[in-house]
Amino acid sequence: MAGILVYALHYEGAFNKNSLGAIAEASKLAGELGTEAHAIVVGESVPDDLAAQLGGYGAAKVFVVEAPEGLAQPVIDAMAKVMTDNGHDYAIFGGGLLGFEIGAGLAARLGAGVTMEVTGVGVEDGKLVAERPILGDSSISESRYKGKGIIIARLNAFEVPASSGASAPVETVAVELSPWSTKAKIVRRGEQRGADVDIEGANVLIAGGRGLGKAEGFEQLEELAGAFGGNSAVAATRAVVDAGWYPYAAQIGQTGKTVAPKLYLAAGISGAIQHKVGMQSSENIVAINKDSNAPIFEFSDLGIVGDLTQTVPTVIEAVKAKKGS
Amino acid sequence: MKICVLVKEVPDAAVTKRIDPSTGRLDRSGEKNLNPYDTHAIEAAMQLKEGGELQIDEIVAVTMGPDSAVRALHKAVSLGADRSVHLSDEALAGSDVAATGYALAQTLKRENPDLVLLGQQSDDGECYTIGAVVADHLQAPSLTQVIKIDVVDGGLRCERQAEYGYDTVQVELPAVISVGDAINEPRYPSLKAIMGAKKKPLDALKTADAEIDVALVGASGSQVQCGSFKAPPAKSAGLIIEDEDTNDTVEKIVAWLDERKLI
Ligand SMILES: Cc1cc2nc3c(=O)[nH]c(=O)nc-3n(C[C@H](O)[C@H](O)[C@H](O)COP(=O)(O)OP(=O)(O)OC[C@H]3O[C@@H](n4cnc5c(N)ncnc54)[C@H](O)[C@@H]3O)c2cc1C
Ligand SMILES: Nc1ncnc2c1ncn2[C@@H]1O[C@H](COP(=O)(O)O)[C@@H](O)[C@H]1O
Repeated sequence: MAGILVYALHYEGAFNKNSLGAIAEASKLAGELGTEAHAIVVGESVPDDLAAQLGGYGAAKVFVVEAPEGLAQPVIDAMAKVMTDNGHDYAIFGGGLLGFEIGAGLAARLGAGVTMEVTGVGVEDGKLVAERPILGDSSISESRYKGKGIIIARLNAFEVPASSGASAPVETVAVELSPWSTKAKIVRRGEQRGADVDIEGANVLIAGGRGLGKAEGFEQLEELAGAFGGNSAVAATRAVVDAGWYPYAAQIGQTGKTVAPKLYLAAGISGAIQHKVGMQSSENIVAINKDSNAPIFEFSDLGIVGDLTQTVPTVIEAVKAKKGS
Repeated sequence: MKICVLVKEVPDAAVTKRIDPSTGRLDRSGEKNLNPYDTHAIEAAMQLKEGGELQIDEIVAVTMGPDSAVRALHKAVSLGADRSVHLSDEALAGSDVAATGYALAQTLKRENPDLVLLGQQSDDGECYTIGAVVADHLQAPSLTQVIKIDVVDGGLRCERQAEYGYDTVQVELPAVISVGDAINEPRYPSLKAIMGAKKKPLDALKTADAEIDVALVGASGSQVQCGSFKAPPAKSAGLIIEDEDTNDTVEKIVAWLDERKLI
């Protein structure tokens, strides 16, 4: 049977919301194809009742495989076996770093076609067609697959419905891992670097990127957030979080948080797709960047082409003055 | 030990990228450059060599691409690679991610490296996935987006950010690792290195040299067919202000915010 298999990422007993969205989407597409959507959970001692919950999002069956968590290659082994044994034609991932790694490796293993950053999937002539924005989202291309197809969604591409409460049958599958899949081992997972700041509830987010030049640049952004007062906070890109300039908890994007404040003011941020996916639903986007070609200007409501070292201090004074008036 | 670094030639950041409607492929005319993300992979290789904990005898830059990609290899050599390998063949044109990864893996097999390093993403393709494809074909452990590499117990201890925070992973060699751009600050090539780059050995390969099955590459061998390019839903263009007089600019910003009741 030509079914769809969806990878369900889980961590500390909870499923990733993007995986749940992917299951719901796959279930809808399977209906159109006249087949079923199945889910697969790979991990250490995954409880059956946890796996069965995926039925509430549309999985007709859930495969559970015992293997190390947090790395892609054991999942590639597991999905390759389950897809081959059960004749699945498609695999769908809800985005995320592991999804990229697993999906690509699986394509290599199965000789399948793979598309990443997918924002929509449809059915045409009994086959899936995936839409992917390319070239900085200036164009959308459609992917069709000659044989098996692997679809890795962009973060937040699919809506996550509430669970119907249904429970899916669970099948435990024993998978022998490839020798190379056990040559990478997690030493530590999910380390939270930096302070535990809360940005998700903020109405105003002042975000900083590598254009700040140095960690100290964030002091000014904190001052600006303070000037706005109320529910304001400071956010960051992965580039500066990786560099240790600002806490991981404040990171927006692919491997960070998704936010939609009333105002998102970006200072020294280029606007890479992986950042954009976490903030594009903000109500008002203001960008300050000295490069007029920066991609962020493509999706800003107000763009300032200029040096932030000049503009930001003046904005702080002006906002303070305005507040004081 | 040998490190192979995968590098790619991409359109210069200042060039507007577009799809050629007649071929459905990226229009590759205009200024090109070494993919900036790959300079971090070369630098990571250099630091492993200079660190001395592993005995690195050779760093080899490897690319698949048209004739012009030789310039990206020269740049890679000027940044520290000892020699380079250029896979170029008409049969490869139009390869998708999986086909490109397969062709690169076949090319790497000839070199039999102890470590393959690559960049976090290519500036034009933006797939972040070539490493995972190459690793599966080479049957090697793999990790992407790595921002710290230490030599521990003869293997690599790598750190990277994944969906739940930072992960630390111990990887045995041989391995395939893609590095994030926060891993290092690439050095500038010296004038001498730039001048000398063209004199370093460069192996030019065709598909047959790398035992690549041409049925698995190129547009016809690729499993994904891309087409029907369309424009995304139009978004009303934002207001752009060139900051010429900062006081004036900031006045406009504040007025704009005030109008929307954001202050
Ligand atoms: C799988 C994957 C996952 C990722 N996940 C995330 C994620 O979750 N979040 C995220 O943010 N990124 C993520 N990234 C990284 C992303 O691709 C970009 O590299 C990153 O967002 C760039 O951060 P940046 O804008 O701070 O830096 P840059 O891209 O270096 O941009 C800096 C900008 O500052 C401008 N600038 C410099 N100086 C000044 C000045 N004086 N005044 C004004 N402007 C100035 C420059 O013109 C430039 O546009 C991910 C990448 C991959 C491959
Ligand atoms: N044609 C190619 N030749 C050599 N290396 C490549 C090629 N395409 C991609 N790469 C490498 O793979 C990395 C990730 O690219 P991508 O998966 O296209 O985003 C790049 O930074 C390069 O190091």
